[in-house]
This record gives sequence, C-alpha cells and structure tokens, in this order.
Amino acid sequence: MKKLYEEAQKEISKADSLQQIESLRVKYLGKKGKLTQILRGMGSLKPEERPIIGQIANEVREKIENILTETKNKIAQLEKEKKMKIEYLDITMPGKLYKYGHKHPMTQVLDEIKKIFLGLGFSIAEGPEIEFTYYNFEALNTPEDHPARDLQDTFYITSDILLRTQTSPVQVRTMEKTKPPIRVISPGRVYRSDEIDATHSPVFHQMEGLVVDEGITMGDLKGVLNIFAKKFFGEDTRTKFRPHFFPFTEPSAEMDVSCFACGGKGCRVCGYTGWIEILGAGMVHPNVLKMSGIDPEKYTGFAFGLGIDRITMLKYGIEDLRLLFENDMRFIEQF
Amino acid sequence: MLVSLSWLKEFVDINKDANTIADGLTMSGSKVEGIKSYGKEISNVVVGKIILLEKHPNANKLWVGIVDIGSEKLQIVTGAQNIKAGDYIPVALHGATLPGGVKIKRGKLRGVESNGMMCSAEELGLDESLLPEYQRNGIFILPPFPLGMDINEALQLKDDVLEFEITPNRPDCLSIIGIARETAATFRKSFKMPVIEVKEGEEENPAKVTIEATDLCFRYVARVVKNVKIGPSPMWMQMRLLKAGIRPINNVVDVTNYVMLELGQPLHAFDLDKVKNKHIIVRRAKEGERLVTLDGKERVLDSSMLVIADEEKAIGLGGVMGGENTEITDSTVNILIESANFKRSNIRHTSKKLGLRSEASSRFEKGLDPEITVLACERAAQLMDKYCGGTVLKGIVDEYPKPMEKTVLTVNPERINRFLGANIPTSEMIEILKSLEFEVVEKGEELEIMVPHFRKDVTMEADIVEEIARLFGYNNIEDSLMKNAQTTLGSLTKSQQLEEKTREVLLACGLNEIVTMSFMGEKDLDKINIPQDSPFRKAVRIINPLGEDQSLMRTTLLPFMLNVAYTNYSRKVEEFKAFEVSRVFLPKELPLTELPQEVKTISIGMYGKDVDFYTIKGVIETLFEVMGIEGVEYVRAQEPSYHPGRSAKILLGEEALGVFGEIHPDVLENYDIPVRVYCGEINLDKIIECANIEKKYTSLPKYPAVERDIAVVVDEDLFVKEVERVIRETGGKFIEKIELFDVYRGPNIPEGKKSVAFSIWYRSRERTLTDEEVNEIHDSIVEALDRRLGAKLR
Ligand SMILES: [Zn+2]
Repeated sequence: MKKLYEEAQKEISKADSLQQIESLRVKYLGKKGKLTQILRGMGSLKPEERPIIGQIANEVREKIENILTETKNKIAQLEKEKKMKIEYLDITMPGKLYKYGHKHPMTQVLDEIKKIFLGLGFSIAEGPEIEFTYYNFEALNTPEDHPARDLQDTFYITSDILLRTQTSPVQVRTMEKTKPPIRVISPGRVYRSDEIDATHSPVFHQMEGLVVDEGITMGDLKGVLNIFAKKFFGEDTRTKFRPHFFPFTEPSAEMDVSCFACGGKGCRVCGYTGWIEILGAGMVHPNVLKMSGIDPEKYTGFAFGLGIDRITMLKYGIEDLRLLFENDMRFIEQF
Repeated sequence: MLVSLSWLKEFVDINKDANTIADGLTMSGSKVEGIKSYGKEISNVVVGKIILLEKHPNANKLWVGIVDIGSEKLQIVTGAQNIKAGDYIPVALHGATLPGGVKIKRGKLRGVESNGMMCSAEELGLDESLLPEYQRNGIFILPPFPLGMDINEALQLKDDVLEFEITPNRPDCLSIIGIARETAATFRKSFKMPVIEVKEGEEENPAKVTIEATDLCFRYVARVVKNVKIGPSPMWMQMRLLKAGIRPINNVVDVTNYVMLELGQPLHAFDLDKVKNKHIIVRRAKEGERLVTLDGKERVLDSSMLVIADEEKAIGLGGVMGGENTEITDSTVNILIESANFKRSNIRHTSKKLGLRSEASSRFEKGLDPEITVLACERAAQLMDKYCGGTVLKGIVDEYPKPMEKTVLTVNPERINRFLGANIPTSEMIEILKSLEFEVVEKGEELEIMVPHFRKDVTMEADIVEEIARLFGYNNIEDSLMKNAQTTLGSLTKSQQLEEKTREVLLACGLNEIVTMSFMGEKDLDKINIPQDSPFRKAVRIINPLGEDQSLMRTTLLPFMLNVAYTNYSRKVEEFKAFEVSRVFLPKELPLTELPQEVKTISIGMYGKDVDFYTIKGVIETLFEVMGIEGVEYVRAQEPSYHPGRSAKILLGEEALGVFGEIHPDVLENYDIPVRVYCGEINLDKIIECANIEKKYTSLPKYPAVERDIAVVVDEDLFVKEVERVIRETGGKFIEKIELFDVYRGPNIPEGKKSVAFSIWYRSRERTLTDEEVNEIHDSIVEALDRRLGAKLR
C-alpha cells in the first residue's frame, strides 16, 4: 500500500493537465482502480487484520485524494493564467464611444451664468423677440426724440412693433405683472441693424437682470455683480464700476473685470489695460418703476445687462463672432 | 470728442499728466478711450525756407533744394512734388528724430549729398487727410515762421489729445469747457471761463432778426463783422482744429469751428451782402421749398422743417446746414455770425428726413444750452476781429422770446445715502455739487439745489444722486448683498426645466447644438420647395432689413439646418448630427396688428454613413419617451421639403407635433448636397405642454411572463403598426409588451409581401398564466391577424 501511494504521488506530480489528473484519479481511486483492487484482495486477510488494513487504505485514499485536489488546483490555476495571458488586450486601442453631443458654447456660458443667479435667488423670465416699440423704448424712459435712440439701429416691423434691441423690455413686462420682491434674469435674442463682421452681428444674445424690492441699494448692485464676476471669472477677479449712461437706470454704470487672461498686467485680450468691460448696470430709473406700476417712493431696484456672445468670445478666446453662427461641427465639438 | 490737453488747461488749473487726467475722468463718468501724443518724439526739426530748387541730375523724380535754416544753408534732396522756392517747410536736421522712432541722418541720394529731410505733415504725426489738397502727399508748407525755429515751438505741436466717449445725456461735454468743468470737479480744481472782450467799431449793426417759428427756435443771437479778409487762420488755431479732427478751411470758418469746439455752440457765418435787406427771418419752410445746401445738393423741404431765410428766400437749414447762396467765399467782405438755439427733436427730425447730418445737427439734436449763445457769438466776434482783419459792428442782436427757467430741486441727503447704501456726509455732498457749479442751500434736513443752465440733463432727484455718486466714486460705495430685501427662491419653471431636458436628451443622442440667425428671405423658402400659397410664406416682414434675403422673420428652421449641413458637408465633415432650439414667428394676420406667435421649435438634422430614417426617428422617439409622451402616431407626411415615401408627420391625437424624414432629392439638389440628409422640425411648446414627467410607482410583477414569437406574411405596404394594433387589441390585458424583431423579404416570401416577426410577452398581474391560457390567446391573435389583415402565419 505504501508502494502504491508512492507510485501515485510520483505520477500525480508529473501530471500537467486536468485530463491527466482525471485519468490518474480513475487509475488509483476509481471503481476499477488500484486501491479498489487492493481492497478487494482483502478477502484473503484475516478478519482481525481487515479493519487495520481498511484504515490504512482509507488513509492512503485520503492522501491520494488530497494530492490529486492540490495538484488539480495548481494546474487549474496555471491553465487560467495561461488563458488570461493569451487574452491580453491592447488597452491603448480606442473604446467604443457613446457619442454625447456638444452644447453650443453660448448655451454653455449662459447655463453657467444662469446657475450663478439661480443660486442668488433669481428666476428666469422670458419675453417676445418681436416687441412693441413701447416696451423697447418708451417704457424704458426712452421717448421718441431721446438721443439714446440714435445709438441703436433698430429693425422695425411697423411703427409700433420692432425687433427688440435689448432684453430690457422683459424688465418692464415682469414689473407689470409681478409685485416685488422681484429677482429675475432674462436671457434672449436681440437685434440691431449691423452688418455681420468679426465683432458685430444683427442677431445677438443678451442677458438682463432685475431686482426690485424695498431697501435695495447701489451697494447691493455692486455686491451682487461682484459675486457674479468672482463665480464666473474666478475668485481672484477684481471689479471696477465706471459711471455711464442708460436711459432706464440712474445712476448707471459699466462694470470692468480684471483681465482673466493676464490677471490685470495687460495683454492683447484686454487691449493692454488690464481690464475688460463686461456689463452695463444701474439703479432702476424712478420713471421706469412708475410707468410699470411700481411706487418708486417705496421700492428701489437695480438692473444689469450683458452680452452672451461677447462673453463667450472672451471666455474661450474666440476671435471672430461669425464662428458662433457658422456651426462648423469641428468648432462646436471643441466645447 | 477729441480734447487737447493744452487747450483744456486754459480753463482749468491742473498740472497732472495725461494718464492721470484720463483715469480720473473715466472714473467720474467721462470715459477716455485713447490718448494720442503729439510732438513728443520730435527733436531737431526746424523751420527752413527753400531758396533754390533744382532737378536732381541723376533722377527724374527727385529735387535738390537749398534750404535756409537761419544759421546755415543746407542741401537737401527730396522726392516731393508740391514745393517751390520760397516755401517755408519743416526740416529734419542730421540727428533729428520723428514719430515712430525714425532717425534722420545725412547721406547721399543718387550721388547727391542730402543734409537732412524736408517733412510732410504725416511725418510730424498729423492727420494729412484733414489738410487741403496741396498739403497732401508732399511737404507740409508752413506760414513764414522765423528760420531755424524749433518746429514744436512754431506749431505748438507738443500736446496730448484725449479721446472721450461722451454719452448722449451730456451734450455739454462735447466742448473743451465742458470737459474742463468735469476735470475741475473731478480733481477739485478751479475752473475759469474764457475771457471775452469784443472791440466794437463805431458803425451800428445793420442786421435785423425776426423769429417767426418760436416753437422751433428758442434764441437767435447775431453780430456783424465788416471788411474781413478771407485767408488762412493762424497756425496755432489750425493745429488745434487738426488735433480735434476738424479740417482747417479759412479764417472765418475756422473761427466758427474753433468756438464750437471750445464752447460747444455751433455757429454759422453768412455772407451778409447776399442776405436780402440784411433781415434774417427764422420760419418754417414752405411745402416744396427748395434750398441748395453747402454740400452742393438741392433739398426739397416741407413745413415741418425750419429754415433761416431772408426776405425773399431760404438761406440755411436751421441748425443743420447753411445754404450755398450765402456761403462764405474768397470774395466775402461782410459777415453775419449766427449763434442760435433750436428745438432738438425738430433738428433730429429734419436731419433724418433729409438724410443730412452735420457736426452742428448732431450737437443740436442732443439739446444745447441757450444761455451759451451770446458768449459764443462774442467769442467768435473777438477772434474774427483779431484774425480775420474785420471790424465788429456796434451792437449785438439777441432774440430770446422766452428765457429759460432755472431748475430748482430739493433733495434729502439721508435718503440719498439710504439709496446708495453709503454714508456720505452732507458737507461732502454739498462740496461735490458746488464743484459741478450747482448752487446749494441747506434747508433743515434738505438741500435746495439750483441746477446750472448748461446741465439740461438734471431734472430730478435721481439725477442729483447720480452726480453725487459718480464724484464720490462708485468704487467707494461699499458692496452689500441685499440684506434689507426679502429672500426669494431661485428656480426654473416647469417648462424651463422641460426645455433644458429636451436639450439634454438631444445631446445624449449624440447631436451637437447649433445656433443660426433669425432672418430669412423668400429664396430660402424657394430652396426648400415651399409653394407660393403655403402658410410658411406668411412671414413677418422687416421694414428696413439689411437685404432682401434677410427681410423676413423665419417661419421654419429647416433652411438654416440645411445651410449648416451644407457648410459641414462642403468642409468634408463626414458625420453630421445637429439640433437647434429656437423660435419661429407665426403672425395671425399681416400686416401685424398684434404680436405674432413665437413658437419654440426643435430642428434636427443629420447625415452620415450610419444615418437613415430610423436614426432620426429613434432620436424623436427617445425624446418622447423621456418626456413621458405616449400614444404618438406617425402618418405619411405630405410636406414638399421631404421625400414623400420617407417622411412622417407626428400626431398626438388631433395635434400635429412635427414632421421629420429624408429631405426631398430636389431640395438636396438646391443645396448642392449629394448625400441623403434627414431633418425634422418639432414644436417644442407643444412637447412641453404634453410632457408628463410625473413618475408613479407600480409594484414589480410577481408572476412570470411567457414569451411567444409570431411571424406572419403580410402585404408589402401594410404598416407594421397595423399588425401591432391587431395583436394588442386581440390580446387585451394579458399583453405586456410587443417587440418587432424581424422584417424579411426574399426567398420563400411571395413578391409584394413581407414577413414580420414579433415577440409577444404575456403576463398576468394576479397569477401565473398556464400554457393553455397563453396558447388560447396566441391562437386567437393568429386568427385575428388572418381575418383582419389577411396575414398568414409563416
Ligand atoms: Zn489682459
């Protein structure tokens, strides 16, 4: 029996495939295997010897079983490794893409701006692009003979209806139908009769903002726009407010931000001034409040407006406005 | 507005450099857009006189001149053709420097020694285009200055000129004194008006003025200057005009322009001898009255316009342009100076109607101060007396029917601080206002303010607040975050959320977003085969479009998508998948009496090797799925832009949501696109209206489903949807899902037929269905398909 075990051990250790293991199992432990044969031959033994031999036989079976399993596991492991080895892939080859579309850069910029103002408690108001002259001018403190009308080359549909030249009419529409507190932004298309070139377009995009409530101050205007500038252009951004003129705000201002390309040292982007003009703003003119049915003695407010196209160009360093309207897929897929 | 600092400094006592002044004024509201320096880089350039000029021996186009510069005579070679012996000219000596880093050295030109250079105006940094013809493209010919005099000194060249952007509310700043006042207030320096003393002759002024149209002309001031000698104005004056971008013409015209720049009041000079009876009548034009203006054009006038006339004819368009019939010429001797004030809206109206804008009209239409007229007239008289060799006659005419009233305002400093969110002491407010020439009286808690006559823009408290804020400095007001205001919740409305979601779905389907313009022309509609009587042709028309092809507000986005597809195809972009979300404009009636409907529309377009009808349909179905829109039907579309067999109209009940499909080959030919293109247009407003994204939970099924496949042979033109409908109707509530998995034509299928195969999932929510039950339903489906559609089991 000892001989049998040694023989089996020797043979099993030489095995190198799962089939060999299986046939060795049959050879030694199977129904017609060597061990069984030995056990069968036990009939010739004395009865008192049988349990002893039986016990030895069982021990031998167990031992052989163990080496078989052990070796089998070892071989299985080796075979798995071998298989995995030939399954190695070129992991530098490209993946199967799920193509996700690209949002137009202007929409991306607008989304980012919207997010900031939503966080500051603003809602979004919308208004018509074909608008009554009244909302675009008169209600914004810009009567017929106002010199400010000269600055805007307006497309007219009839004498009373035009293509809005600014998103500001939405201010008036909002104030007409909402009681303060008002906190809205209003992005949209606007129109001015400029031939298209690298910096002008007859169709462009603006975003208007309006806050009306009791106790709104010019400090609030500055505070809110400062936060916007920092969130949008980066925490290190500095702002500067310069007096300006708009018929529908007073005092009126333009806001410059420190150049995000050079940090204010002066470069090509900022025309070597270190500053970039970003938006117009001001305290809502009492006449505008009054015309929209809001008591200027009780309420005050501020408004601001910025050009989405221009900010998009600045943000991404796009040098020609026409690229935004050309829609070359290779352009859009950069964003 | 171009402002010379040396001129400015005549009126304000300030000693700072150009950059400091520019920054200060920008921050107080007069924005400086640029600074141009004159004379800074010029050295060793002196006045010389050409005493001899001969042809260059070796070059036809060159001259050799002998130039006297006082201390010596230099031989200089030049290529200029506008000079002759006797001319005074600027001479850059050996070692001279000129603007742009140019250095002059003596040398030889074609073998002839040249000891310097004769300079053009351009080479001295001046704008040559403003100079008379004979000065252009040649040497700058000077008046007789002392020989050898430094050119900077002779021309008073050294200067900094600030370019201001003046906002339309501040016409008073379109003058040197206006900017001087702002400078004085900004830097808290003192401002002084120009000193004006007119030396009058003995002779009485013979001119008379009658204002008939007192509603259009508020004041008319005039003076007569006799025996003038027309000639060039002094060089210093010409230089100031040049630096301000104004063309020097002759002494009389230059004086009127000079005064306009200095004081902001446009003046006009008439040849008095051509004014009938020396009587100026300010009246409305007669209907159809004609006048040839100074630009040589005949204008036909109407009674809405104001003319300056004499007793028999119009001699000028008031505030816009003078008439040719009374123009100052070289032979003019006696002059009438006009300094008047007109109604701004009328000037605007006239200049618009005639398409005639002038320096004067653009100032008058912003609204000028009638109080400056006399001063301006006196200033002009003073200068004409000095530089035009004339005599100012005794007496000034001043017709001023209704003198302007002063504006008095009362403001409350505490209220102003509350409004600004600042804490400016009342004393500082008063100081600011006084520096701007407002008169201020403290009355208890309030300030009574008298507005200076030149500040017509200040009419209410808000205007005062702005004055105080801008001079206090916007950036000195502390930032705050609406601490007094009520809290508001920032959020998107449901339809705004759905619009964003729509974009996200289309992006997730791999479509890129595009943005196109809103204008179209009839040609765009022609290109997509739209018939003449189509509602698409009923478009809002712009009165003053940029061109015929941009004269309509778009009623469809399709032509724009096809344009973009073409752009990309022509640039060899192989795969194109795009969408746009924008508005189309649908008028109820034309011409517009009310605002048109602005319908938010989704436009989709695609081409490429893996793109077919079902690609675009898949995108649309995905969108409906996400939006929770169920029960959409697709029927054959009859749209002329699309392939009739490969396009569908999307119906939800009675409502048409849109159209999509393959673009008609004729249309593709019009766009010169040789591959199949798939497009669609869907009404986003309706999608938003029909969307249902409210989610409800139903428990997951407890009992197993039984899947059975079925393949039937049907007529080729039977819609798969019909087969599905019969299956669903027959199977009733036990049908959980039907999925088409194969459509087959070919061997074993008769001509004109197709085999369609579905998987059907049967399930009950109450119990496990037995085979017998499923078989029974399945058989009844087979039977119904045969009976209702003639579909044979395959
Ligand atoms: Zn920069």
